[in-house]
Amino acid sequence: MEVQKELKHQQLMQLLAAGKRADGRSKHDYRDIQITRDVLGNAEGSALCTIGKTQVICGVKVSLATPFPDRPNEGVLSTGAEFTPLGSHLFEPGPPKVEAIELARVVDRGIRSANMVDLASLSIPGSSKVKAVYVDLWIADHDGNLFDAAMLAAVAALSKCRMPKIENEKIAFGEYAGNLPVSCLPVSCTFGAIGGQHLLDPTLDEEKGVDGLFVLATTPDFVCAAQKSGWMGYTQKDIMEFVDISFKKGAELRRLLEQ
Amino acid sequence: MSGSANHPPLLREDGQRLDGRSLEDLRPISIEARVLNDADGSSLVIWGKNKILCGVYGPRECIPRHDESPYRAVLRCRYNMAPFCSLEEHGRSGPSRRSQELSKVITECFENVVIAESYPKSAIDVYIDVLQSDGGTRCASATAVSVALADAGIPMKDMVAAVAVGKVEGKLALDLSKEEDNWGESDNPIAIASRNGEILLYQMDGQLTRDEIDQAMSMAKIGAQKVHQLQVDALRRVYDGASDKRRVPLELQPGEVRQA
Repeated sequence: MEVQKELKHQQLMQLLAAGKRADGRSKHDYRDIQITRDVLGNAEGSALCTIGKTQVICGVKVSLATPFPDRPNEGVLSTGAEFTPLGSHLFEPGPPKVEAIELARVVDRGIRSANMVDLASLSIPGSSKVKAVYVDLWIADHDGNLFDAAMLAAVAALSKCRMPKIENEKIAFGEYAGNLPVSCLPVSCTFGAIGGQHLLDPTLDEEKGVDGLFVLATTPDFVCAAQKSGWMGYTQKDIMEFVDISFKKGAELRRLLEQ
Repeated sequence: MSGSANHPPLLREDGQRLDGRSLEDLRPISIEARVLNDADGSSLVIWGKNKILCGVYGPRECIPRHDESPYRAVLRCRYNMAPFCSLEEHGRSGPSRRSQELSKVITECFENVVIAESYPKSAIDVYIDVLQSDGGTRCASATAVSVALADAGIPMKDMVAAVAVGKVEGKLALDLSKEEDNWGESDNPIAIASRNGEILLYQMDGQLTRDEIDQAMSMAKIGAQKVHQLQVDALRRVYDGASDKRRVPLELQPGEVRQA
């Protein structure tokens, strides 16, 4: 694998020196993005997001849960990611690997820090139970940039999520009362960094050649989550450039979610 | 699933089932092959409200090594339910006792038809994800596996189509819905090799007489033939014209559901 990484790295550098990418995009172009909501009926919210050949399904389930002891008046938001083995020859069955855990935690941070879901509104007056929102990300096809595809799928599913009816502290599954209120639409931008340069929306092939990934999630006004992934170091100037591009590209991604 | 005294009636006054089907009708079924990019073969089966995604990898290196055979490829089918697949509680991840049993019987079903001797020291991995469940997922899964294996170009002696036959209100009924499975008197998931009619997956619960067992198998054969035609149609759509175009995005909510 090390040899392959070296070759992919060299190839990327040569292309970048000529100002090119393998698929003809410029450095700050996304591949085609498609977002479809309501693709599953049993989940309270669902969406499929494709970026190029990457496909991520998100299913949102709402249940009742016991609140965390230090937050008795707040609901529960929980995000998981499954690198299902049918999605890539690189994925194996078994407990989540560190990459799946990282993906779920970065998406969770983006949603949570943006206060997209008001956790206090998930408490049930006069009950010891609270509503729990489970966001599950299903990676059906991996061709790079899982962070942005997963974030778009999760935000699309949450932003049109039915809330089940609750009767006598029990969920009446299949009966709904309104939608989950959301305050904003956080989106993320992922950069692949290589030799002092960077590419937006890296493909899997590009991810193999780059020295690191940098993920920034934004709302219209704030940066709400960030993750440096990989050994590559960055200057302050690099990161500020990522921030500027993320706000600009983030507005475009948000328009896709608003359609 | 033995019948319970306090369940809703499963047949209407006109003798039809709750969803309007007759006792011999299948639910609407849509089958698409080659829906994933990285998998060597894949399929999406939408069967009633069930949504089953299947991906095949292989023949490829067998890991762990101690699973491999010097005589044939090992076939490994993994049935897995997504935590958001059911209308009820959020599911736990990881294999349950039920999903391990289903993985085993589905694997054994296809060990009969896959010509594994052609690929010694290798593995053929078949992954089944239930994205939405509504009764009859193991039959829909076996149906999906057959299409995905064929799409991957794995040599097989035969295709396999599966359908359940059950007993509701004292009458045998083809392709049980979730309610009929929950409240009915018997459930018989049956997978059938399409060419020679052999039964390759057979499970049964509840109580049936000798004659009912016989009749259930006959009904399953007729249902499986209809499912088989949909499988062939799906494969024709990707193989005719010799295009290797993948269906992206996945059409989980197809505009047209083909009626069997």
